[in-house]
Amino acid sequence: MIPVGFSYRRASTVDEAVGLLGEYGDEGKLLAGGHSLLPLMKLRLAAPEVLVDIAPLADLRYVRTDGDTVAIGALSRYHDLHHDEVLRQHAPLLAHVAGAIGDPQVRHRGTIGGSLAHADAAADLPAALLASDGVLVAQGPGGRREIPAGEFFLDPFTTALQPDELLVEIRVPGQDGVGWAFEKFTRRSIDWAIVGVAVLGQSVGLINMAGTPIRATRVEEALAGGANPAEAAELAAEGTSPPDEPHASAAYRQHLARVLTGRALERAAGRVPAGL
Amino acid sequence: MKVTIEVNGRSTVEEVEDRTLLVHYLRDTLGLTATNVGCDTTSCGACTVLLDGESVKSCTVLAAQADGHRVTTVEGLTGEGGELHPVQRAFSNQHGLQCGFCTPGMIMASVSILAENPKPTRQEVREALEGNLCRCTGYHNIVSAVMEASGQEVDG
Ligand SMILES: Cc1cc2nc3c(=O)[nH]c(=O)nc-3n(C[C@H](O)[C@H](O)[C@H](O)COP(=O)(O)OP(=O)(O)OC[C@H]3O[C@@H](n4cnc5c(N)ncnc54)[C@H](O)[C@@H]3O)c2cc1C
Ligand code: FES
Ligand code: FES
Repeated sequence: MIPVGFSYRRASTVDEAVGLLGEYGDEGKLLAGGHSLLPLMKLRLAAPEVLVDIAPLADLRYVRTDGDTVAIGALSRYHDLHHDEVLRQHAPLLAHVAGAIGDPQVRHRGTIGGSLAHADAAADLPAALLASDGVLVAQGPGGRREIPAGEFFLDPFTTALQPDELLVEIRVPGQDGVGWAFEKFTRRSIDWAIVGVAVLGQSVGLINMAGTPIRATRVEEALAGGANPAEAAELAAEGTSPPDEPHASAAYRQHLARVLTGRALERAAGRVPAGL
Repeated sequence: MKVTIEVNGRSTVEEVEDRTLLVHYLRDTLGLTATNVGCDTTSCGACTVLLDGESVKSCTVLAAQADGHRVTTVEGLTGEGGELHPVQRAFSNQHGLQCGFCTPGMIMASVSILAENPKPTRQEVREALEGNLCRCTGYHNIVSAVMEASGQEVDG
């Protein structure tokens, strides 16, 4: 399968990328790892006229601490993140989740910025970022702005980014000493989650339980009110609207959400901090 | 566009369509046909090559993305005099293939695994090969081959 013809441009600075997006408008698309965009283009479900390759922006591949905050460059690849000592220490949930995506080949290419901007409700990092109370830093022609993760995912495959904005950084409060867990239920190891759950302390992010990644707010409220993990997990499917498909009905996914949330909460409560 | 890609230690310079996939560049432009296309949907790993030393699925990388970078295919593992790379030799010794269609991708994925983790356990090898499908062997002998190539006991 071969994509519809397009022209390939390469940006060597963030400003140049923003400029090219402005120049091409609706016809242009950013290319990071290409592991969502190229498969869609090969299936001809997407046919941008211009691809602006931002993978060469090596200065957006980093993890560093900034006071109590961990800052991650948007072009950091999953493989980088999974093995990054700073991330493992200060944001172990994200380091772990990055290592659970796809397979090694996918992890050598896919980027955290690409995964968040793609905003697939079945993807792993968006829900983990929600549970981490992350902030996304976007850069456009008017400069930089910060978007809380809770306001970023608007609809399926739709985010709060403007067409001429680029995600440049992801920031999360340090997770040192906070219990965490990640549960992902798949049919085969490289598949997307049928349902997944990311827990950080008493925050719970759900994968594939609505058109966007969501917080399990009823569970979080119950925990805050003193419920134990098993009681709180019973509420994991409240208010959700998961996809209803032949291989996994909505009711089955709601059942999975309760079971996996229970497991994740138990695990997070007992987890040795910083253990991967 | 013009791309300059170092393939198996040799600099290649070619004029290609912007939409050219790396696997087509290797097979059709350069005539290096060992790298196979299986699923063409980033699932099976038959098209795995090394890009700057790391395994990638070349059906999901543009030749343009490899411009200025280094690519290794299974053809590039064999020495000047035709002697096999240790991973190739181990696949042969352990009978890690039957029809052979998945083998170039399996070998390149294995080379990448061993570069990152030179002494893996059998379980780690199984997990690290999750992106490569084989319809013939049942994987057992493939895992044995990677163990042999790592210089460890094959047992199992
Ligand atoms: C076989 C396979 C298995 C997979 N399994 C999983 C899985 O288990 N879990 C999972 O979560 N994902 C999975 N994925 C998807 C993978 O994580 C993708 O890498 C990811 O969704 C997109 O990241 P990318 O860097 O490849 O982005 P690209 O494909 O390059 O881009 C995706 C979209 O984001 C936009 N974009 C990219 N970067 C930016 C930026 N910095 N700012 C603004 N917009 C940007 C692009 O324009 C495009 O619209 C899988 C993919 C494959 C091929
Ligand atoms: S042909 Fe590329 S992964 Fe199957
Ligand atoms: S040997 Fe036939 S597919 Fe692996």
